[in-house]
Formats: sequence, structure tokens, C-alpha cells
Amino acid sequence: MLPLMGILIVIVGFALRLNALLVVTVAGIATGMASGQSFLDVVAAFGKAFVDSRYIAIVWLALPVIGLAERSGLKERSREVISAIRAATAGRVLLVYLALRQVTSALGLVSLGGHAQMVRPLVAPMAEGAAENTHGTLPDATRDRIKAMAAGADNVGMFFGEDVFVAIGSILLIRGFLEQNGIVVEPLQLARWAIPTALVAFAVHGTRLLRLDRRIAREVSAAKATSTEPTP
Amino acid sequence: MIKLEAVYVLMGLLTGGIAVVNARDDSNPRRWRNTLFWGVYALLFFAGSYLGDLANGGLVLVMVATAASGLGQGTRESVSIADRLASAIRHRNRLFVPVLVVPVATFLGSVLLKDFTVAGQPLVDPKQVTQIALGLATVLGLCTGLAMLRPPASAPIVEARRLMDSVGWAAVLPQSLAALGAVFAMAGVGKVVSTLATTYLPLGSPIAAVAAYAVGMALFTMIMGNAFAAFPVMTAGIGLPLVVQQYGGDVVIVTAIGMLSGFCGTLMTPMAANFNIVPAALLDLKDRYGVIRAQVPTALILLAANIVIMSLFAFP
Repeated sequence: MLPLMGILIVIVGFALRLNALLVVTVAGIATGMASGQSFLDVVAAFGKAFVDSRYIAIVWLALPVIGLAERSGLKERSREVISAIRAATAGRVLLVYLALRQVTSALGLVSLGGHAQMVRPLVAPMAEGAAENTHGTLPDATRDRIKAMAAGADNVGMFFGEDVFVAIGSILLIRGFLEQNGIVVEPLQLARWAIPTALVAFAVHGTRLLRLDRRIAREVSAAKATSTEPTP
Repeated sequence: MIKLEAVYVLMGLLTGGIAVVNARDDSNPRRWRNTLFWGVYALLFFAGSYLGDLANGGLVLVMVATAASGLGQGTRESVSIADRLASAIRHRNRLFVPVLVVPVATFLGSVLLKDFTVAGQPLVDPKQVTQIALGLATVLGLCTGLAMLRPPASAPIVEARRLMDSVGWAAVLPQSLAALGAVFAMAGVGKVVSTLATTYLPLGSPIAAVAAYAVGMALFTMIMGNAFAAFPVMTAGIGLPLVVQQYGGDVVIVTAIGMLSGFCGTLMTPMAANFNIVPAALLDLKDRYGVIRAQVPTALILLAANIVIMSLFAFP
């Protein structure tokens, strides 16, 4: 039971919105010490795993070029481009991105998307811009909702697209695990059975994206109503 | 041969540069904390492979303590909105080119560099092709941007600093969570969880076993932040012995959809920081859990759909 202490620390810490970096570190040290290691051993294990997983951070190398393009007016241009398309709404922009993200991931092109590479510089400004073209200035909460849905479209599209591709990590993991248990399966069979969930994912998230437009309209008109009320 | 280590040198230059820009920015009241945080991170990129585990662990603790005491952010805008609008009109769609170079070159690099050899040696480490391709692609994108937009020489690092400080310590959270996962694995957390699951979950019928497996995958993924960590544990605990062997479920359908049920959990947990917490910071959301909130309805409906699909198709 003692090893579960770390999980408890994480849940409580995240629920209280404490500094997540601190919560995770404390949980790691507590879990390690609860399993009978010394403080220094746990710190060393934590340091080793942190350094071994530096590859996760490589995506930040995109920041200089994105910052540079933003400084030169990338977001402003994105909005202008989207304003030229009359049918564009926030929900439809995100629906197109969801479809593209899912199809390219299913073809193994996972690296074509991503939050730092695509969502922050292009997708979110375009969705925001489309909403602004229809509704004018947006309340901050609405703006945040659009951005959050943009990030969600990237995640949903990738997660439920990539498994349709045979050579992706999760398919290989399933195959390797089953092989250790004496069961041989073909990656193609596994990939085929990712398709029903992929279709449902597109239908569900796509519907939610289209409903987003109605929600934006509601929130904008509510905000206008409160701001035009006469003040005493 | 180009190895991951070369990309880490680039990361060291980036984070080290961010530390230097912070040190020189007196519009940030906490600039020395930011300098220390990014400076130590730079050291871990430059020297992490050569320092001992304990020294690395100590450096991580310094970063965590600095982050916990609170980082700041410079307030000076580098370029005014009017200037950006004027620049947008001048450059028009050329602005998209450097940004799009990054994903396209990453993809081409990961395909083409795999089999590229120089004097019988592979040009890049075959095990790390995608990561190295991403690193090289960002350099290519930056060179394209510099050539096309002709900014001041300091602009890339100043702008990178602006973006990185808006993300703040959340930028290193994915790595800390990977480290936590390693400690969890070492302490045998997975075994305890699967024992608990098989002891307390109702598993008396095929449908109940399917639901327990799918929900268990989602929940354990939420705890570990990663469906890959949850899959072997839950499949060895419930998926194979019960759903497949006892109730005769099709092993391909059960495991394929089991993994996808884990992905539903990934959409709902702050432990999957690079998918959920980092984007919230990167997009300046006021609510740190804003992306998770946006995804929960989709995730729950999909989890239910997975249970239905598995129940319908896995039992012939």
C-alpha cells in the first residue's frame, strides 16, 4: 500500500493547484523512500530519469522561429487570411484542422502537427480570427475556450489517428507485449481495429466543434447585453 | 554520426540564451530567479550526460526549488501591435513559410535521413531519427526566417525568451513526470494497482470485465499520465486473463481498443503534461486545466463508445 502514497500526493497537490513541478518531485521522492531507498538514491534516480528524458523537450527548439514569425505579424496575417474566407467560423476552422490532423496521423505523419509548431502560431489565431470576424471583440473567457478547443482538436486528432498507422509506438507496444505472452498478432490487424474508435472520435469531437460556434454566439451576446446595460 | 547529444547542445544554447536575456531584463522583478532556472536547465543539457546521477538530481532539485519560489516574466513588448500589423501587410503569406518549414522538414528528415549513410556510417543515429530531424528542422526554419524577414540578430532569442517565460516551469513538467513514472515503476506501483483492480472491481460477466478493463485503462493512464505505462499492467491484470482467456474475447480487438481506452484517460489528466498542461501555458489560458476541461466530454463519450465496440465485436 505504501507505494501508493505518491499517487495520493499527486492527486491532492493537483487538486489544490499547488506548483505542479514541486508536487511531482515531492511525490517521486516520497514514493522512492516509501519503497525503502535512501533520500540520496531517490534523488539520483530522479536525476537520471530526468536527464534520460531530455528528448521530450526538443520541441521547444521551435520557439525562436515561431517567436520571430509572431514578431513579424504572423498572428495578424493568420487572422487576415481567415477573414477572406466568408464561410469560416471558429468551429469550422477547428473541424478542418481536426480532419487534417487525424488523416495525416493515420498516414504516419504525426510530426506535421503539434501545440508549439501548429496550434499556437497558426490554428488558434485562425480560429480566434474567424470568431472575431463574425462577432467583433470576444470576451476573454470565450477567447480562452476557443484556444482550449484548438489544443483539444490537436490531441484528439493525433491520439485517434495515429493508431490507424501500423508502425506507430502503441501498435508496436501491443504487439511486443502479446508476443511476450506467447500470442502472435499482425500490426495490420491491430491498426484495423483502431478505425471504429477513430470514426467515433471524429464524429463526437467534430460535433462538439460545430456546437462551439453556437456557444460563442451565446457568450458574445450575453457579454454585450451586460455591457450595454445603463449604469446607475 | 549526428546523435541526440548534438540536439542537446542546441537546447543548451536556447535555454542558456534565455537565461542571459532574463539576466539583462530589469522589467522582470524576479529576473535572477528566471536566470537561475533556465541557466541550470542549460547546464543539464550541456553536461547532463557527463555529470553523475546524483549531481543531475541535485540540479533538478535546484530548478524545482526556484520554480516553487515563483518565476517572473518581463513586461516589455519587443514590437508594438502597430509595427506587427505593418509587418504583416509587408510580408503577407511569406510569414507562413518559416513556420511551416519546421513540420515539413521534420517529416522529410525523419523519412530521408533514416537510410542516409556517409562512408558506410549512418549520418544520424538510426534510433533517434525523428527527434534529430525535429532539431535540424527548427534550425532550418530559423535560417529561413532570418533570411526572409531580416530581423535584428537578437530577435530570435528575445522572442524565444518571451514565449518560454510565458510557459514558465510547465516547460520542464513533462520531463519531471517521466522521472516520476520511472520512480513509480521502480517502486512497483503498477503491481499494487492491478492487484487492487482485480480484487475490488466487479468482473462477473463479459460486459463487466470489458468495462472494468476499459475504465481501468483510462484511470490508470490518468494516474501514470501515459497509456503505454498502463497498458502492460492492466492487460496482464484484467485484459488477458479475464476478457480474453476466461470469456473468450478476441485478443486483437480487446488489446487494440484497450489501448484506445487509455488514450481517453490521457485526454483527462494533468499528468499528461505535454498534451494538456503545456498547451494551456503556451496559449496563455487563464485556467491551467482549460484544455482538459475542453476534452473531458469527448473523452467520456469515447470511453463509453470503446466499451460498446469491444462488447459488440470481441465476442463472436
